[in-house]
Amino acid sequence: MTDTVKFTIDGIETEVPKGTLVIRAAEQIGIEIPRFCDHPLLEPAGACRQCLVEVALPDREGNVRAMPKPQASCTLEASPGMVVNTQNTSPVADKAQKGVLELLLINHPLDCPICDKGGECPLQNQALSHGHAESRFIDVKRTFPKPISVSTQILLDRERCVLCQRCTRFSKQIAGDAFIDLQQRGAQQQIGRFDEDVLGFAKESAGGCQGYTPKQFDSVAREDVSGLDNAELKADARANTPAGETPVGAAEVDESGRLFSSYFSGNTVQICPVGALTSAAYRFRSRPFDLVSTPAISEHDSSGSAIRIDHRRGTVLRRLSGNDPVVNEEWITDKDRFAFTWQTAPGRINTPLVRKDGELVETSWSEALKVAAAGLAAGPSAVLPGGRLTIEDSYAYAKFARVALKTNDIDYRARVHSAEELSFLGSKVAGAGIGVSFSDLEKAPAVLLVGFEPEEEGGVVFLRLRKAARKNGLKAFAIAPFKSRGLERIGDAGATLIQAVPGSEGSVLDSIVTAVTTPAEGPLTQAAQALKSGGNNAVIIVGERLAGTTAGYSAAIRLAEATGARLAWIPRRAGERGALEMGALPTLLPGGRPVTDAAARVDISSLWGVPELPSTAGRDLNAIIGALQSGELNGVVTGGLELSDLPNPREARLAFEKARFVVSFEVRQSDVTEFADVVLPVAPPAERAGAFWNWEGRVRPFGRVLQTGAETDHRILSLLADEMGSPISIATIDEVRAEIDAIGNWNGARTAAPNETAGQAAQLPAGSAVLASWHQLIDAGALQVAEPFLAGTAKSPVARISAATAARVGVAEGDLLEIATQVGSITLPVAFTEILDDVVWLPLKSVGSFVHSDLNVAPGAVVELRIPRVEVPREVDTVAAGHGAVEGNEA
Amino acid sequence: MTQYNTVLAPVLSAFWDQPNSWTLATYLENGGYEGLKKALTQKPEDIVTTIKDSGLRGRGGAGFPTGMKWGFLPPDDGGPRYLVVNADESEPGTCKDIPLMMAAPQFLIEGVVITSYAIGCNHAFIYLRGEVVHVYRRLLRAVEEAYAAGYLGKNIQGSGFDLDVTVHAGAGAYICGEETALLDSLEGRRGQPRLKPPFPAVAGLYSRPTVVNNVESVASVPQIVARGAEWFASMGTERSKGNGLFSLSGHVKRPGQYEAPLGITLRELIDMAGGMREGHELKFWTPGGSSTPIFTAEHLDVPLDYESVGAAGSMLGTRALQIFDETTSVVRAVTRWTEFYAHESCGKCTPCREGTYWLKQVLRRLEQGKGVEGDIETLLDTCDNILGRAFCALGDGATSCITSAIKYFREEFEAGMHTPASELFPPVRSALFEYTPKQRVALAGAGAH
Repeated sequence: MTDTVKFTIDGIETEVPKGTLVIRAAEQIGIEIPRFCDHPLLEPAGACRQCLVEVALPDREGNVRAMPKPQASCTLEASPGMVVNTQNTSPVADKAQKGVLELLLINHPLDCPICDKGGECPLQNQALSHGHAESRFIDVKRTFPKPISVSTQILLDRERCVLCQRCTRFSKQIAGDAFIDLQQRGAQQQIGRFDEDVLGFAKESAGGCQGYTPKQFDSVAREDVSGLDNAELKADARANTPAGETPVGAAEVDESGRLFSSYFSGNTVQICPVGALTSAAYRFRSRPFDLVSTPAISEHDSSGSAIRIDHRRGTVLRRLSGNDPVVNEEWITDKDRFAFTWQTAPGRINTPLVRKDGELVETSWSEALKVAAAGLAAGPSAVLPGGRLTIEDSYAYAKFARVALKTNDIDYRARVHSAEELSFLGSKVAGAGIGVSFSDLEKAPAVLLVGFEPEEEGGVVFLRLRKAARKNGLKAFAIAPFKSRGLERIGDAGATLIQAVPGSEGSVLDSIVTAVTTPAEGPLTQAAQALKSGGNNAVIIVGERLAGTTAGYSAAIRLAEATGARLAWIPRRAGERGALEMGALPTLLPGGRPVTDAAARVDISSLWGVPELPSTAGRDLNAIIGALQSGELNGVVTGGLELSDLPNPREARLAFEKARFVVSFEVRQSDVTEFADVVLPVAPPAERAGAFWNWEGRVRPFGRVLQTGAETDHRILSLLADEMGSPISIATIDEVRAEIDAIGNWNGARTAAPNETAGQAAQLPAGSAVLASWHQLIDAGALQVAEPFLAGTAKSPVARISAATAARVGVAEGDLLEIATQVGSITLPVAFTEILDDVVWLPLKSVGSFVHSDLNVAPGAVVELRIPRVEVPREVDTVAAGHGAVEGNEA
Repeated sequence: MTQYNTVLAPVLSAFWDQPNSWTLATYLENGGYEGLKKALTQKPEDIVTTIKDSGLRGRGGAGFPTGMKWGFLPPDDGGPRYLVVNADESEPGTCKDIPLMMAAPQFLIEGVVITSYAIGCNHAFIYLRGEVVHVYRRLLRAVEEAYAAGYLGKNIQGSGFDLDVTVHAGAGAYICGEETALLDSLEGRRGQPRLKPPFPAVAGLYSRPTVVNNVESVASVPQIVARGAEWFASMGTERSKGNGLFSLSGHVKRPGQYEAPLGITLRELIDMAGGMREGHELKFWTPGGSSTPIFTAEHLDVPLDYESVGAAGSMLGTRALQIFDETTSVVRAVTRWTEFYAHESCGKCTPCREGTYWLKQVLRRLEQGKGVEGDIETLLDTCDNILGRAFCALGDGATSCITSAIKYFREEFEAGMHTPASELFPPVRSALFEYTPKQRVALAGAGAH
């Protein structure tokens, strides 16, 4: 313990690491110093002056001498021999703090009874614990018109603001999004955009500040709500905002002169120490003291972010970020925070349904189970459980398939997938435990991203990469068709782009392998050297989109072996890793056991108490669709499946139409419901306990928030298996968890690693382009329905092409471009992007751009680019499109 | 003519009365650039020693030894280091740098070259208060002349030393006179003070080692180098050596700049200025601008050096001597100053932003004769809650005039409970010219500036 500092707070001697701030050190020994601007994850500001303490320091002779002024403990590093006296022991500190609090309150509206923050407000709380009971202020408060809509979701009431700059520091430091910033000065200082009216040199007020009368000032302040009214300014900002980054709904002009757009803005509401920033979804909805809070885990992505769910009288009213330093720290995405209405919105199924005379009718559980059991017994059936399941449910589907349906025809991958991916997952991920972690990313000297767009597909993974780059000098490289806004914000310089045509990632990875031993100039060699010198601290992050490439996973493994870097697989959906671990795949049993391995089958069959398990690899999702269509399969059991998520929705619909028996486990109606013979309603995350397995390999358990009658998938599957005469006996959470705990590690052989070789890219036909596409974080996903304020912050869809490609097609920036295949087309405005020629990027599943449904192809496919024959109204630019997103997610 | 204990010592102001005093030609006729020629024959560290020996202390108000400040720069690491001249003179009453740059800007330019040479800087910046456009033009012209004559640019006077000078005009904010806010503003950011440490000497402009000096400090350097440290040290007092510009304004017969050794008294200066306005007597005065606690007639013989003024309860500051006679309402003067601070508070920290906003409203009330019981205690306590609690010295400065005025003239504040200041002290009587008092549109309105 060489690098520690011994010093005294309120007479208590303490020892902390060198560089620790006094306010942190005080927390560690249970002394709370009031504060507003201080936040442990933000750089110190020293602005609010609430945390003043009295400090004495030893001089050169060692005599402890008092510093003449009280010091801000949030900016002061502890030093050896320092003597700190807080409000608890120092009248000077106590008076200083009370004085600051009184000053903070003079211009605060004290509208606590109608303020969202009232009851959980640091200003209110600290005013009561550290302030004067009465204010001496009898004068006129500064006021502002209320509120400014920063986006459709975030509202700003400036008069409540105490100018702590937490929101602006979060935006600059953590998210890297331009926000609105401080402007004006003195008591008129406010958070806003760069507004000429507020600053007092607009045309109307020629003569500048000197010419002001109070009345003028007041009227100026009133006009400046202008944000939303000033059409001219908004039009300018819209023009300044790069196409593709423009929010769907209304937004304030940010400090960069663009329309404000951020996926993380909800965090500013949570860290605001007063009620200045509020969310439209929660504003005026409830009082904090009426809420019951439950810690939970977000169902929206594979990070397993800790959240807190607040409900009142059976209704979830809001979600907040939890504080989990090893996973999401204190940050979550806006999707994690605001997208929860899907669980209760109209369309929710509460009663079992069976098809009678072509119509789905409500029925009893016993009848529904009887019908389902009989239907599934009629012939071979497969299981498609989707990628959003808890560990317990995935296990139940995996066991149900093997025990009740006696098949390995199970595949949770409701997306583009490949056989190579199965080998990769079976050999490198399943049963590997916690591999690369968030902390490893933070400490990594180099990261290569492939098939993975960190901000859109990783959410808080992006935040951690940005932190790593800013704090620890992470060098990030990305194999992608263009440098997205997210890649630009990994560190101040952004990630280094290695440009690749979608589908060619495998050969690019192989080129980096070559560059390890044969260095040359350029980003390939830079990446090779950075990974190599980083050794096993360097990380190669592979995303699920690599399944749409040739030999992508194989080449990633080759690169990891050549450089010593570790591999991390970061899929999008929350249930992916759990389903993989639980064996919801055609080739794997729980714990990464290959189905073709006799010893592995014995392990599991003895656990399950069945004589044997099917021994041949099952069909993957595409094969299951094909077998349903050909009639080889009789029926299918689906769990939360969306056909529009599949790479071939048209074939899937035909297959489901043709399937003789469909049992659908659903929270809400989906595009499977219309084909279902039996619909079994299941509980959404808030109405059950469970656990997700995040991409790190960390199990993220959560408890039940609401007590409703809704049942878990594993309980219903258990009942169904009973009905079929092949019990699986995992009806309760305790039973299923006990059984999962009993699985044990697998020490036998794993699936062989893939070793495919990348082929040559095919020649492009004239007039065509290669399709690049991925999901936007906020899009038309099924779990984002009925949340219009969030939908307004989605990015308006565009088609990204290079200027040269545009010239070839004959379109200008902003013109409509039709992207077509044999089966359909998508028409979107063109956004010039520094993307490879003859590559076109579209959002995968946004309003106006449903790639799988409309084009029936996957990224990497060849599509035709043309000028649309008929002018289509440009709905996508309007707020109406945002609301379209919430009404339905069908194209 | 009266016999003075102290005589004026015009150095910087020696030839302000000559025709075209601001040109390089006039400057050279008066011995300009002799200091530079001498400096370029010496080692940079010897110049630093000379300045240390001269006892020159920062003329921007704080009085920190200039040579010691230069010595704080870390050893040369091969990267750039900067000299930034603080020419953002904005304090009410302070008017020394602007007349100097107006009348004889080459003093500053030569000082910049010598200082840059001494600290190893190849690009210096002069951050000028934005409102003084005429001074901006003079400075730009002076820099142009210096380049043309080979005192700036590449290989200055064949010495191999290169220096570029950028003159930057601010946008009119008092806070940008605070050195770190100045640096942020110069970098193109919002001018608000930075968290210290790191101090500018370690990480200043563009995070590089930076010396920030006041105009008068830098302008004093050439003559110290030319005439020697002993010459400079022979003036002034034991610990406040040298001479400086004393700016008299207000109710004296001949207001203006009086360059004298430190330690001169106001009594002597008023005599030199022809005495108080005819038929009036001194009531109160500021020794160093509105941020320094006021003095009264009892302080007429306080030697104007750093130590004596400090011992008498104020600060030497910028030697901005604002003189008020018995016709002036202290409450009104203090209210005007406080309005200035409320307008100029940058808004970063709570005590200064909210405190000045509140003080302004209480003072306006008192000035109108509408004060309420407890207002004086509120003023004093609020000042106590600002002083030493604010992020930078702006907040401290805002309280000085209030606490000192209440100390010496409490009864005038008490009168504010019932009688408007304009009745007790009709403004017309204080005015030096024809004057119609303005009617304030609204009293203490929210956000009124």
